[in-house]
Amino acid sequence: MNKQRRNVLKTCSGAALMSLLAAAGIIAPGMALAEWNKAAFDAKSMADTLKALGAGAPADSKDVQVTGPDIAENGAVVPVGVSSTLPNVTMVAILIEKNPNALAASFTLPEGTEANVQTRVKMGQTSNVYALVKADGKFFMATKEIKVTLGGCGG
Amino acid sequence: MATNPMKIRATNKDGVTEVKVLVSHEMETGQRKDASGATVPAWFITELTAKHNDRLVLASELGTAVSKNPYLAFRFKGGAKGDKITVSWKDNKGESRTDEAAIA
Repeated sequence: MNKQRRNVLKTCSGAALMSLLAAAGIIAPGMALAEWNKAAFDAKSMADTLKALGAGAPADSKDVQVTGPDIAENGAVVPVGVSSTLPNVTMVAILIEKNPNALAASFTLPEGTEANVQTRVKMGQTSNVYALVKADGKFFMATKEIKVTLGGCGG
Repeated sequence: MATNPMKIRATNKDGVTEVKVLVSHEMETGQRKDASGATVPAWFITELTAKHNDRLVLASELGTAVSKNPYLAFRFKGGAKGDKITVSWKDNKGESRTDEAAIA
């Protein structure tokens, strides 16, 4: 028996089922929390990542802030924070333009959780760091350049 | 394999609870090579969720770009002294861990 054919059929029916469920509104996109967004994390460029997150072309917003050092001595540990004063923020993501994979982390914020998240990320080299925020179903973005003197990948 | 406990600190001030989590995890990117030149396979936390009592307050998806021993801080409205904060993570090897702490 052709094993590959079996697998293809299996994968296809799985994907079809997922999209059917999504279409029927049983699984609202973005609410399927258990599913790690592999496409978004595997995407290499900023544009691909935004597409995988369903963000399209987010508008720059003054109401979104990226906090972090101007110069990071150690690229392996760069403290980065994202905050926003926009109402109804449901998602926050941190993207690093020049990393091998742009997306560092994304956070889904249920109602009551403030749009104010801090974490630490690795940066391979000096790069723009983007904060992507989804508020009221629309995407907004802010940028900050962080200079790295010692890369997080042994550079 | 055994995993080390997370450090969770939650404090409530003026009706807002701030939660800080420090996870003990290698967060290997899969891009590094060891001394013999073989690629070190990726090993990182993919999902981390936090609950206040039984209500979800944060669901995060992490990539390999998050630093070793990830640190996370966030704030949510509500919460009272003594309430339970539960944090769980899952990594790409299928390991998981759950720890809890009380709001101080």
